[in-house]
Amino acid sequence: MSGPSNRREFLIRAGKTGLALTGVGGLGLGLFSAGPPPAQPDGQTLPELPSYAAAGTQGRLAVARGGERAQGLEAALKALGGMEQFVKSGERVLIKVNAAFASPPAVCATTHPQILAALIDLCRRAGAKSILVTDNPIQDPLSCFELSGLAAAARSGGAELLLPRPEAFRRYTLPGGRLIVDWPVLAEPLLRADRVIGLAPVKDHHRSGASLSMKNWYGLLGGRRNIFHQDIHGIIVELAAMLRPTLVILDGVQSMLRNGPTGGSLSDLKDTGRIIVSTDQVAADACAADLLGKTPAQLPFIARAQATGLGNADWRALGPQEVEASGS
Amino acid sequence: MTIRNVRRLSQAFFLGLFLWLCLVSTLGEVWWRLRGWPVNWFLQLDPLVALATLLAGGALFAGLLWALLTMALTILLGRFFCGWACPMGALNQFIGWLGGRGRKLKERAARNQPHPAQKLKYYILVFLLAAAAGDILGRAGQAGGGVWWLIALGLLALAALAVWQAAGASRRARWGAVILAGVWLVLAWALNGGGIVSGSVLSGLLDPLPLLQRSVSLAILPALDNQGYILGAPRHYGGAWLIAALLAAALGLNLWRPRFYCRFVCPLGALLGLLSRWSWWRMAKREAACRECLACEASCEGACAPSGRLRWSECVLCLNCFQTCGDDLMTYRAEPSAAGESAAPDLLRRGLGWSLLSGAATVPFLRLGGGLARDWPPQAVRPPGALDEARFLARCVRCGQCMRVCPSGVIQPAALQAGLEGLWTPVLNFRIGNGGCLLNCVACGHLCPTSAIRPLSLDEKLGRGAHAGQGPVRIGTAFLDRGRCLPWAMDRPCIVCQENCPVSPKAIHTRLEFRPLRGGERAVSRVEGRKVALSGPALQPGALASGDYFLRVEGQRLRIAANGDREVELASAEGPAAWRAGQAAWLEVRLQLPYVDLAACIGCGACQHECPVSGLAAIRVSAENETRNRARGLLAGAGGNN
Repeated sequence: MSGPSNRREFLIRAGKTGLALTGVGGLGLGLFSAGPPPAQPDGQTLPELPSYAAAGTQGRLAVARGGERAQGLEAALKALGGMEQFVKSGERVLIKVNAAFASPPAVCATTHPQILAALIDLCRRAGAKSILVTDNPIQDPLSCFELSGLAAAARSGGAELLLPRPEAFRRYTLPGGRLIVDWPVLAEPLLRADRVIGLAPVKDHHRSGASLSMKNWYGLLGGRRNIFHQDIHGIIVELAAMLRPTLVILDGVQSMLRNGPTGGSLSDLKDTGRIIVSTDQVAADACAADLLGKTPAQLPFIARAQATGLGNADWRALGPQEVEASGS
Repeated sequence: MTIRNVRRLSQAFFLGLFLWLCLVSTLGEVWWRLRGWPVNWFLQLDPLVALATLLAGGALFAGLLWALLTMALTILLGRFFCGWACPMGALNQFIGWLGGRGRKLKERAARNQPHPAQKLKYYILVFLLAAAAGDILGRAGQAGGGVWWLIALGLLALAALAVWQAAGASRRARWGAVILAGVWLVLAWALNGGGIVSGSVLSGLLDPLPLLQRSVSLAILPALDNQGYILGAPRHYGGAWLIAALLAAALGLNLWRPRFYCRFVCPLGALLGLLSRWSWWRMAKREAACRECLACEASCEGACAPSGRLRWSECVLCLNCFQTCGDDLMTYRAEPSAAGESAAPDLLRRGLGWSLLSGAATVPFLRLGGGLARDWPPQAVRPPGALDEARFLARCVRCGQCMRVCPSGVIQPAALQAGLEGLWTPVLNFRIGNGGCLLNCVACGHLCPTSAIRPLSLDEKLGRGAHAGQGPVRIGTAFLDRGRCLPWAMDRPCIVCQENCPVSPKAIHTRLEFRPLRGGERAVSRVEGRKVALSGPALQPGALASGDYFLRVEGQRLRIAANGDREVELASAEGPAAWRAGQAAWLEVRLQLPYVDLAACIGCGACQHECPVSGLAAIRVSAENETRNRARGLLAGAGGNN
């Protein structure tokens, strides 16, 4: 082995071998891990959620009686000083509807599209820059939003419908929480909003007694959330602690008195003719209990939410505005 | 533009159209979802779908009339469908072309020579049609079969004629036909009874259009769904790997032999090949002699020997010979090729006989196991509107349309849940989808190309309006597994199943029970306002505060609002004042125990899907009491409902 061509060959071969050895060794050392992997995979976590309440608006509640949904909503908000009190020009608003089931609007198992349309309109007129509508329904999301009429209402109002895609969720731990610990939460719409409004129907719920504004936040949970039914009142209270909204709106124009929360028959409904708007979700739920023929004391989550400092179960103490919406 | 490019354009167009129609077979409000698109058009154009369901089901359902167009054009023109329209054919041809690149002309010509195994597809066709014709056979076997005897004998005569022709009218062929007839009749007689002789549409397993539709809908599109495209939500189909593997094998084998599937396997190609023997025009060579340059053979898609004795039943009208012949010797005309042609496939009498008999015998033997009788599979819950099992299997072509369109994604291709005979037929799996069978949805039946699933109206499905008298369509019944149910077995409140039951009034109802906790037998040690101190081991603070726990003393039961390690605080102040130290006290949990109302349950599976016991659910739907098979009813006194 001599001569320049052989030397060149030697160098080339040595270079290739050296590169291969460095590559294999470097890759091995670079990915080396002395310890076992963690017990759980890492996930993106969500920081603590801000309060979405508008400054200086706490403890307000209005009840509108009679009229169409749009009239009732407008009258109740007017009694609270108008939507401008809660949504300022240029703000991004998230409306959390209840779209849990793929059922038609007539059975009132989901937020009624009429009241969603009216709310979108009011937000728009208050100067909202963008309006998001979302929920993580129980059944196929697209079917739920389409069949309930909510998708059409959002579209015609120019609001954006955000479906619960897997990547819209983040793991979240409620500070001091016992149930919402490292749990997937529908985070994307929450992170994209300055204001959050809960818009829920008034429904019977066999396990918790009632599905109202605090229970409406259940639709922000992902994962196998049904295990929380073991402590339904506990989860409702933690949800109310997690989400401090700008407003909650309860549509009690028709209330589902039995067979809830799915309903399915017009005979499950009763005309109760109320729209409740409040900045205090505990007070709103306490006020709506009456529409279902219940007292707040029969709904343990109300007392527990008050004890946790989330609101006032004695809604009459807030000096509620009671207005008539009919006849207009 | 050359005629070959016209053909290529046509293939690209039909392949694109096919894929487009697969893509839009989903529910939604946008224009590229179901919007009156003729999503079943390819399946309807498929004469094998039409013929197999006609033989087995006794009727040519609605849109399947399109198949007559394909047949008529084939009788006029030859196998144009294979070469110009079939999307599977286009894919096969493209991949075969890839495999031929870089090969020498001679090599390519060798790969395109007629192969004896091209007969195989005709045997497959005969097997599948014989399996579908079992119903006619079975009816003839019954006493007083009447007109069915005539039809069966007619079919038998046709089959015998085919055998006769295939082998030439020799003495042995005649005897063969007689023996075949004898075996057929003995089979009909022996296997009849118990409903096991019946037609089954197995053709969908290999028929290229259902095969491709199923593969695209259940394997390819879901892979895109899971990347966030199309549906924007993940989709899962059990056993999709096998569906994909069959497609991959069918496509991959083209690299070995161009149009492998078309030449050796495709039963639709075989059917069109048989039809083409009467075709008016055919490919032909103007003069018998030529330079034998092999240019035509090297690009021949059908392996039909265009330069020699032309196998007309194999020609897919790719027109490559027409295009490549340097001497312009190839033409399309009414007279046979100057170099000779064989219009009919060169089939073996024995092969035909065996495939006919084994096809006719397959279904009875599959059913001898009792899968359609007493040993019917309860886990095979069929979509709402599905016909009773025997008639269902006589129509379902396993195209996967119902599975793709189902908004819940619960309709799944069966592996062996419905028996081997039911491979890839639709069954419901309530774990895999995103909900149960939606109450207000009838999409599956409206997409079914053969009406194996009847197109229901919402009124008929829900048993209201004009259908109020017959009650709702039930696809099964939910059964509680009390050993796995949280309230029943574990003392934990739950009733998610009841909450999600979509029927009004709910088919799942509850009974209230207050159950003493484990270690809940205590005694009052002190009463102080709403606070009651208890004897016994320490409590976990806050564990009884959920609102579901109660303290019972002497028949009075009060809700617990909070607890420390030694005492509980009651929600109401009335009562404890009268309680005294030393009294026996029970810590209790308030449980709502779920029950299923047999008369109300429709088997939609919402309960099973939502059950928090997410592995083997504590409430599960099986097919008992389904409306489609009356013999599986459970409800006494339901009359016609059962």
